[in-house]
Amino acid sequence: MEKEKNINVQIDRHHLTVPEGTSILEAARTIGIEIPTLCHIDLKGTCIKNTPASCRICVVEIEGRRNLAPACSTKCTEGMVIHTSTLRVMNARKIVTELILSDHPNECLTCPKSGDCELQKLALRFNIREMPFNGGEWSLRKREATASIVRNMDKCIFCRRCESVCNDVQTVGALGAIRRGFNTTIAPAFDRMMVESECTYCGQCVAVCPVGALTERDHTNRLLEDLSNPDKVVIAQTAPAVRAALGEEFGLPAGTLVTGKMVYALRELGFDYVFDTDFAADLTIMEEGAEILDRLTRFLDGDKSVRLPILTSCCPAWVNFFEHQFPDMLDIPSTARSPQQMFGSIAKTYWAEKMGIPREKLVVVSIMPCLAKKYECSRDEFKVDGNPDVDYSLSTRELGRLIKRMNLGSGEMPESEFDMPLGASTGAGVIFGTTGGVMEAALRSVYEIYTGKTLEKVEFEAVRGLDGVRRASIDLNGFELKVGIAHGLGNARHLLEDIREGRNEYHVIEIMACPGGCIGGGGQPHHHGNSEVLYARAAALYEEDRKKPLRKSHENPFVKTLYEEYLGKPLSEKAHHLLHTHYFNKSID
Amino acid sequence: MATIKLACDVARQVEAICDKHGNDQGELINILHEAQHLQGYLPEEMQRLIAHKLNIPVSKVYGVVSFYTFFTMTPKGKHPVSVCMGTACYVRGGEKLLEEFKRVLGIDVGETTPDGKFSLDCLRCVGACGLAPVVMIGEKVYGRLQPVDVKKIIEELEA
Repeated sequence: MEKEKNINVQIDRHHLTVPEGTSILEAARTIGIEIPTLCHIDLKGTCIKNTPASCRICVVEIEGRRNLAPACSTKCTEGMVIHTSTLRVMNARKIVTELILSDHPNECLTCPKSGDCELQKLALRFNIREMPFNGGEWSLRKREATASIVRNMDKCIFCRRCESVCNDVQTVGALGAIRRGFNTTIAPAFDRMMVESECTYCGQCVAVCPVGALTERDHTNRLLEDLSNPDKVVIAQTAPAVRAALGEEFGLPAGTLVTGKMVYALRELGFDYVFDTDFAADLTIMEEGAEILDRLTRFLDGDKSVRLPILTSCCPAWVNFFEHQFPDMLDIPSTARSPQQMFGSIAKTYWAEKMGIPREKLVVVSIMPCLAKKYECSRDEFKVDGNPDVDYSLSTRELGRLIKRMNLGSGEMPESEFDMPLGASTGAGVIFGTTGGVMEAALRSVYEIYTGKTLEKVEFEAVRGLDGVRRASIDLNGFELKVGIAHGLGNARHLLEDIREGRNEYHVIEIMACPGGCIGGGGQPHHHGNSEVLYARAAALYEEDRKKPLRKSHENPFVKTLYEEYLGKPLSEKAHHLLHTHYFNKSID
Repeated sequence: MATIKLACDVARQVEAICDKHGNDQGELINILHEAQHLQGYLPEEMQRLIAHKLNIPVSKVYGVVSFYTFFTMTPKGKHPVSVCMGTACYVRGGEKLLEEFKRVLGIDVGETTPDGKFSLDCLRCVGACGLAPVVMIGEKVYGRLQPVDVKKIIEELEA
C-alpha cells in the first residue's frame, strides 16, 4: 500500500499538516475552526453523505486564486494558504444566505423546525437583519401530509440531502429533483404525492432536512385532547431508543439515559399507565425466536419447503420496503408483528380484559424514534372493527416539545418506574433500539432454548457496531447458525438481491431501515450530521442492558405469565391471531 | 417487476435502445432522445422501463425528462406544428401566426387536439430566417406565412 502523504497548509493563523485528500472543511475542524455549511452532510461511520457543494455557504479565500472556493469540496494542496473569515468571505456568505432567504417563506414563528433549523441558525450567525432581495415571489410548491411525513416544499432550499438519502443510502428512489429554475421541486416521479410513491416512511429525509420542508406528522394536540378527556383511559408505550435520545431535546449530552425521568414526565402529562415497548420486544423474541427454531428444525430435518434465511420484521419501514420492492419474497420475513403492534394488540385484549376497560375507551399511544411507526398504526390489518391496536404514535421530538409545553423538563426532575405488568422488560428488549440488538436478543434466547444450556456470556460483540453489514455465527449443538445484520435499506437491498439470486450464506438476518437502527430513526432529535450522537445513543442502550437483572427475553416473568394465562405457547393459534401478520404486494408499476 | 403497459413492440424497441447503450446510466439522455423518437413523446411506462433497464430510480429519469424542454410527456399530433419564435420570425409576425394556429386548432402551446391530428409548439430558429416567418409541420418547412394562410394549410392536412 502506498504510504499516506501529508500536506502542509495554513488556515488563518494556524500552520497544520493534514493527510492528502483532506478537504479544507475537515482540515479547519481539526484546529477548532467550524466553517459554516448548509447542503453538506457527512455522517461519519455510516453511509449518509451529501456533498454536492451547491449552496456556497462554506466559501473561503485561497491565496493566489481569483474566486472564492467551497471548503467542503476543495482539497488541501501543499502550501495552500486559506482564509476562512475575511470580510470578503463573510460578505459572500451573507449574500448567499440572503439569496436563499429571498425564496424562502418568512414563517419562522410558526414553523415546526424553528429553533432547530440550520438556515435560521445561519441567518443568526451572519447577523442578517433585513431581507435585501425581495424581488420575486416565492414559487408555490406542493404540500402534503402523509400518515408519517409532512412535506412543505415552499420551504425547500434544494440542498438535495433528502434526495441523496432516499436514492443513494436507502435506494428507495421516492424523492428526486424535478423540473428546472423556479419550478424546481423535490418530489416523487411524475410529481405524484408521496402516498402514491414507493416511499417507506423511514423518515431519513426528515432526519437530514436542514429546514422545515420535511417534518413529522404531529399528534401532540390530539394527545392533549385525549389526555384531558375523562372518558378515556390513555396508556403509553415507549420504545427503547427514545430513552437514549430524549435528553438531547433538553440540552443533555447525547447518550444520557433518561428512562426514569421520561416515565415521570409521561405520568405528569396525565397518562393513566406508563408501559414499555421493551415488554413487547421480549414478546417479539418469543414469537420470532420460536419461528426461527421452527424453520431451522424443519430445515435440519430435511424439509425442502423451508424458506431460509428468515428475516426480522420489527421495522415498519423495512416492511414497506420489501412490500414495494421485493413482492416476490413476501414469504421470507418472519410473520411476527413489530413490538409496537404486539404491545397494542396485547394491551387492547389481555390487559384491557383484565382491567375491565372497554376497547373504545382505551387509547394506546406509542412514543417512538420512528416516523414509519405512525404509518404502521394506521394499517388496516392492525385494526379491530376500525379501532386501531395502537391509536397513534408520537416521535421522540414530539414528546420533547410536549414536555416543554407542559412546563416540565427544566431543572431536576424526579424519576419514576414503569407500571406493571406491561412495563416489565429484560436487557434483551432494551437493545432492540440499535442495529444488531434484535439479533443479539434473539441469539440469547434461541441458544438457550435450542441447546438447553445457559449462556456464559450474553454479549455478542460481533453483531454490534455501525458497519453496514455484519455477520456472526453461533454454535448450536454442533450446528453453525450463521446470522447477518444490515442497517440502511441500501445494505438490505444488497442482501435481498443476493438471496433472490441464490447467493445467501445466512440462516437469520436482522434488518433495520435507519442507519444505526432505531437510535438513528427519523423521529429522533436531529443529529445535524454528527455520528458521535449515534454511537453515544447505542452505548447508552448497551449500558441499560448491562444494568438489568434479567437480560434474556424468555426470562421476563410477565411474558411467561402472559403465555400461561392467555396465549398458551409461542406460535399458538391465539398468538398467531394477535401477534403475527401477513404482507402485501405493493409494487408500483 | 410487474407488467408494463406499453405495446410489446415498443417495449422491445426501448429495451433494444437501452441495450445498445450498454444499459449505462451515463447514457440516459441519449437513450431518452432515441426513445422519444419512437412515438414522439415519453410516456410514464416508457420511463419506468428505462429506469428498470438502467437500474436507476424512475424519479431520476423523470427528473431529467422534466428538466429538458426537448423531452415531452404529451403525445404529439399526427402533424406536429412548430411556430418559429426566433428573432427574425418574431419581428416578421411569428407571434400573430402562433395566435392564429391557437385559434384555428383550439389548443394552447404544448397541447394536442383531441382527435390527435395536430399538436402545437414553439421553436427557436430553424436556420431559414430568409423565409421568415417560418412554421414547421412535421419535417416540412412553410415560409413567408401570413395568418390568413393558416386555415388553408390545416384544411389541406386534414383532407
